[in-house]
Amino acid sequence: MTASSSAVELLGVHKWYGDYHALRDINLTVAKGEKIVVCGPSGSGKSTMIRCINRLEEHHQGQILVNGGALTSDLKAIDAVRRDVGMVFQGFNLFPHLTILENCTLALTWVKKTARKEAEAIAMAYLERVRIPEQAGKYPGQLSGGQQQRVAIARSLCMDPKIMLFDEPTSALDAEMVKEVLDIMVGLAEDGMTMLCVTHEMGFARQVADRVVFMDAGQILEVAPPAQFFASPQHERTRQFLGQVLH
Amino acid sequence: MSDVVPPSVANVFVSRSASPVLPAPAGDRKSLVRALLGDAFTAFATLMIAAVLLIAVPQLIGWGVTRGVWSGDGTACTGAGACWVFLREKYPQILFGIYPPAEQWRPVAVVAIFLALALWSLPPRNWTRATLVAWIVGTLGVLVLMGGGVLGLKEVSTSDWGGLPITLLLTVISLGLGFPLAVVLALGRQSTLPVTRAICVVVIEIVRGLPLLSILYVAAIMLPIMLPDGMTIDKLLRALVALTVFSAAYLAEVLRGGLQALPPGQSEAARALGLSWLQTTRLIVLPQAIAKVIPPLTNTVVVIVKNTSLVLVVGLFDLLSSGRAALSDPAWPGPYAETYLFIALIYFVICFGVSRYALWLERRLSFGATR
Repeated sequence: MTASSSAVELLGVHKWYGDYHALRDINLTVAKGEKIVVCGPSGSGKSTMIRCINRLEEHHQGQILVNGGALTSDLKAIDAVRRDVGMVFQGFNLFPHLTILENCTLALTWVKKTARKEAEAIAMAYLERVRIPEQAGKYPGQLSGGQQQRVAIARSLCMDPKIMLFDEPTSALDAEMVKEVLDIMVGLAEDGMTMLCVTHEMGFARQVADRVVFMDAGQILEVAPPAQFFASPQHERTRQFLGQVLH
Repeated sequence: MSDVVPPSVANVFVSRSASPVLPAPAGDRKSLVRALLGDAFTAFATLMIAAVLLIAVPQLIGWGVTRGVWSGDGTACTGAGACWVFLREKYPQILFGIYPPAEQWRPVAVVAIFLALALWSLPPRNWTRATLVAWIVGTLGVLVLMGGGVLGLKEVSTSDWGGLPITLLLTVISLGLGFPLAVVLALGRQSTLPVTRAICVVVIEIVRGLPLLSILYVAAIMLPIMLPDGMTIDKLLRALVALTVFSAAYLAEVLRGGLQALPPGQSEAARALGLSWLQTTRLIVLPQAIAKVIPPLTNTVVVIVKNTSLVLVVGLFDLLSSGRAALSDPAWPGPYAETYLFIALIYFVICFGVSRYALWLERRLSFGATR
């Protein structure tokens, strides 16, 4: 199996919202352990693309392989993919009616059928890692945005995912809180996690990305290692975008 | 131009000393006198209300207390004062209808069982599977206790049941079966499957478009016609079906409001964690949707409690109609006001209790939200 060496493969993927062509012939292969940063103007299809990888969105044409398995409408296959793929959202999406600890143990107990004691131990270990174990008994509404996003990362990690998707994880945060979340993500990258990050944090892209993907109007226009991407962007639209983003 | 520029207009300012943290100034509370007699209009309104109260309250006290009849029989009640002795004599019939007097410990036990179950279920920590089982077993036990015919209990036909147990049974069963049905209807109405959605919309809209009275009539009169000859359904059961369907349609629309208020990110996050649709619905969507709609839900529940009194049109003797039946005794001069006050008090205790509990629950389920 050639697919076994790559974590995610998108082959000729198309998606439409009604008549609107949201993803146009997307081709991207992500190796295991690779860190990809996806950037581009809003509405360019970045979020849609990574949401297709755990099938929060359905693609209409082409093929998506996750750890070698194809994503189809087969519910079992989708559940299997979701067990291996963690996701962090722009709006955190913590469950407000559950405590921080319960947010983290929920999927362990219900999906993996882990015993409660063990699930709590796993959850506390990851809360430790994102440096907020002391908040375990609180509700999400009592935490700052940065803390909530760190809990969201811990919640995903509890399921021991092989791939992590980040959908603009710092866009809803105050400048002061961006760094605490990025620090966690850098640590995760250093531990060898396969990561796909939609983000506007170009500093993060420079620091951890193996490749930067630039998208516009539903297409991938350029893929390059960060040094090359920022120093000598090839596509006209990329240069224009970077001119706006970098000062 | 002076050399010293005050900080408020300076272009450059660096704080050298922290401003002290002070307690909030005491609020300017209006005195009671100002609130009641503050201006001409307020003073006028206060005096008018006081005048009405000064006339009405002594009259009421005269009727209810000083001239009230507390003992004797029907002849003692002349109409000058409240005939409280009627309630003392007739309260078993008002509370339990024409249930055989010798067996009336059974409806008393029924009320006690429901009260115990309700009190036990108040704190959310008791919302367990065991509590649910207790309600199902308790309700079935209540039906056996009322009906008898087993365990040496004398058989009592449902047409002889009456009063408070009927009201409680109708409320508990129509809400207990109506709520799960409402959840199904509300979720179905949100479904992406066109047939499922259409069926749920049609059921909800038809039931909501009809008055409860007509649904009760349909259940009471039309159901027997639609059934094959020789087959009958108990009158109580027919009313229960009607009330359950009615409750379900209204509760479903309340729940739909809660479902729509939930950000889609909640179920997306749950699905991304690998939870199935059923787990997502049960663990993430419904608990939040229900917590959001506690105020309108309470409203619907209170309306349903009171709506059970409409079963009198199909010949069932709930609390209200048992009271009316008791009034028809020719040995008494028909003390309507006293009887209705007594019945109203029971409804009020139930409905006020539900309201206060819901208010407490609403705060309890705000999950540390500060606003």
